[in-house]
Parts: sequence; structure tokens; C-alpha cells
Amino acid sequence: MAREWPLWEIFIRSQNGLNHRHVGSLHAPDAETAIHNARDVYTRRKEGVSIWVVRSADITASRPSEKGPLFDPAEDKVYRHPTFYDIPDDVGHM
Amino acid sequence: MYAQMVKSEASNDDPGMLAAFQARIDRGDKIEPKEWMPEGYRKTLIRQISQHAHSEIVGQLPEGNWITRAPTLQRKAILLAKVQDEAGHGLYLYSAAETLGISRDEMFEQLHSGRAKYSSIFNYPTLTWADMGAVGWLVDGAAIMNQVPLQRTSYGPYSRAMIRICKEESFHQRQGYHIMMKMARGTEAQREMAQDALDRFWYPALMMFGPSDKDSVHSQQSMAWKIKINTNDELRQRFVNETVPQAEFLGLTVPDPELRWNPDKEGYDFSQPDWDEFFEVLKGNGPCNRERLGARVRAWEDGAWFREGLTAYADKAAQRRAGAATAAE
Repeated sequence: MAREWPLWEIFIRSQNGLNHRHVGSLHAPDAETAIHNARDVYTRRKEGVSIWVVRSADITASRPSEKGPLFDPAEDKVYRHPTFYDIPDDVGHM
Repeated sequence: MYAQMVKSEASNDDPGMLAAFQARIDRGDKIEPKEWMPEGYRKTLIRQISQHAHSEIVGQLPEGNWITRAPTLQRKAILLAKVQDEAGHGLYLYSAAETLGISRDEMFEQLHSGRAKYSSIFNYPTLTWADMGAVGWLVDGAAIMNQVPLQRTSYGPYSRAMIRICKEESFHQRQGYHIMMKMARGTEAQREMAQDALDRFWYPALMMFGPSDKDSVHSQQSMAWKIKINTNDELRQRFVNETVPQAEFLGLTVPDPELRWNPDKEGYDFSQPDWDEFFEVLKGNGPCNRERLGARVRAWEDGAWFREGLTAYADKAAQRRAGAATAAE
């Protein structure tokens, strides 16, 4: 059986001013073809103005089991949010 | 539906883990690819999503038949766009299934060898142009009925694929109904074609939802996991309730003498399709099973030289880049 084409993750900027956003993935033999295929698969209705393709194998992801150690430390730092501070109405808009 | 009679798999996982997983589903958490999930959940989803993907791919064939025969250039362009969407829907779903640990080639192999199923509806022939109307109106209509609730399914990639598909699918149903309107208001011969298409597609469309699953263990498990949201009977009833007035608007007759409004249940009473026929079609004995699968396998095999050529080109280009990088050092 022939070798399977690598998987690419597709990111699309829907309009200037916005981030590229992950929309899905597809198989393609190389980056150029991945962009062409992404055009056909993910932007048939003008959903984008720019496409990034990244080989899925090149993405390093955090492990779901590490969710606690990674993200819990932010949980008890409510003072990072503006609503933590009571400012009297008399001060005006701040 | 596009995925019919998906058997759920039993899980031999730790009961504590299973209970914690079920609690996550119950409180509306989405499950994402690398997270822990019961083996049964994974396997059932692979079966369901790949079956759905196969249906999108095979579903191109009955319509592909009419691309070169469309009555106007605009209808041809529209049909091409619809068939291209279906290819896209197949690809979204294959990608979603791959996040569960099955490869694209494995899924293709399962389809081509006949081990994997696709929706029974695509094993019926499309004999006239009116069938393009009936397919869009009824077949895509039935698909939407099932896919809209699946946008809320518990598996993240599946849910995202369904959201994307639903956005595009509504054009499919409306273009089909538009064809039916044109035919039903055309010449007498055209009206007859429209009626004939409705006659032939009505019961196969009802079969798409699968047999009653009131007592099915598989359905109960899948519903607990939120990979199935409504029972087959609920969706079929909803489909009939919505479609009958649309047929009346066209001035066409639904081919069911038992069909009547039942005010007590706020819905129509209707006849069940011939379930023996359904099981025969699933077994491979429908009018077009061999033709559909044959066409699909032939397309895959005939395209092999092209896929291999692109791979060879990619390899060569990569070597050339590596060579240039070495020379530059």
C-alpha cells in the first residue's frame, strides 16, 4: 500500500484584523498542496483571506493530564482582574 | 440516518473512571481528542463518524450522475457546488474520526472492502432530473434533521464538524426544493416527473432514520454518551411533520394512504417503510449497492498514479531543499 500523505492542521484568518484560527485538518503531500486543498476544503464560501498550514506532527501539545498543574495556579489570583478592586463611584469612570 | 444502526461497544474500563467520564458528559463538558475516554466511546464514535463520512463520499455518486445532464448551466454550477460540499463534508468527518486514532487509509480500506457501511439511501438510483430535486429536498432534509441536534454532541471535533456541515447543508435542501417547485409548476410531464420522484424517494428517506430504536441497548448507551441525541422515531416523526406541508405546497401527494394529521399527538400518523427492504439494502442487495461501491473503488484506484506522483514530487522537492541548505553552509 502506498504511503499515506501527512496530516496538516489548517489555520485561517477570516479577515484582516483577526487572528488566524484553527479550522480543521487535511492530508496533503506537501505544504503547497496543503494550502491549495485548504482553499477548497475550508474556504468555499469566502471564509478567509489568509491560510497557514502546519504539519500536525510538528505541533507539541500540553498533556490533558497536566491541566491541573499547568492552569490551577491562576485560579487563586483573582487580584489580576479589575473587578477585584472596589473603587467608590465618586471617583468616576476608571 | 447518514449513520444507521451504529452498534455501541461495551467498555471494560475502570468503573470509577467511567463514572467520572459520565459525570463530565452529564454536566455538558466537551471531550477533546487526547483526553481519557472509555474504549467503547472511542470505538463507537469511530464507527459512527466514519460511517457518516463514507455516506458523504458515496452520496456524491447519485448526483454526479446528473452533473453533465443538468438542464441549464446555472443548475449545473449549483449541482457541482453541492457535490463539492459533500466531498468537503466527508473530509471534515474523516479528520474528526482520525483524532480518535484511526488512519484515513484504514477507513478507506473498510469502505472499499465493504466492511464499513454507508447510508442505505445512496443505493437507490437517480432516474430523472426531478430526482435531483427530491434528493436535495428529502434526503438532505432528513440529514439536516439528524445533524442539527448532533451539533451538541459530546465529542468536540465531531461537534465542530457538524456545525460547519449544518451551515452549508441548508443550501442543499433549499436548492432541491427549488427544483421541485420548478418541476411541479411546469408542464404536465414535468409535474409527473416530480410526483414520480417523490413516490420513489419518500420511503427510502423515512428509512434513513433507521428502524425504531425504542428498546435498543445501543441507542441508550449512545444517548447517555450524547453521541446520539434523539431516537430514530422522534426524528422520523419530526421529518414527516415538516415535510408533508411542503409537499402540499408543491401540490404533490405523499405516497401513503394512511397519512393523516393526528391532533392528539400534534403530528401526522404515517405508514412505516418496508423494513425487510431496508435490511436487504444494508446487506448489499439494494438496486445500486454494487454500482456505487464499484464506482468509488474505481475512482480510488484510477487516482493512484496521481497520488503517487504528488508524493514523488514532494519527496524530490524536499531533497532539493535539503541539498540547497547543505550547499549554502
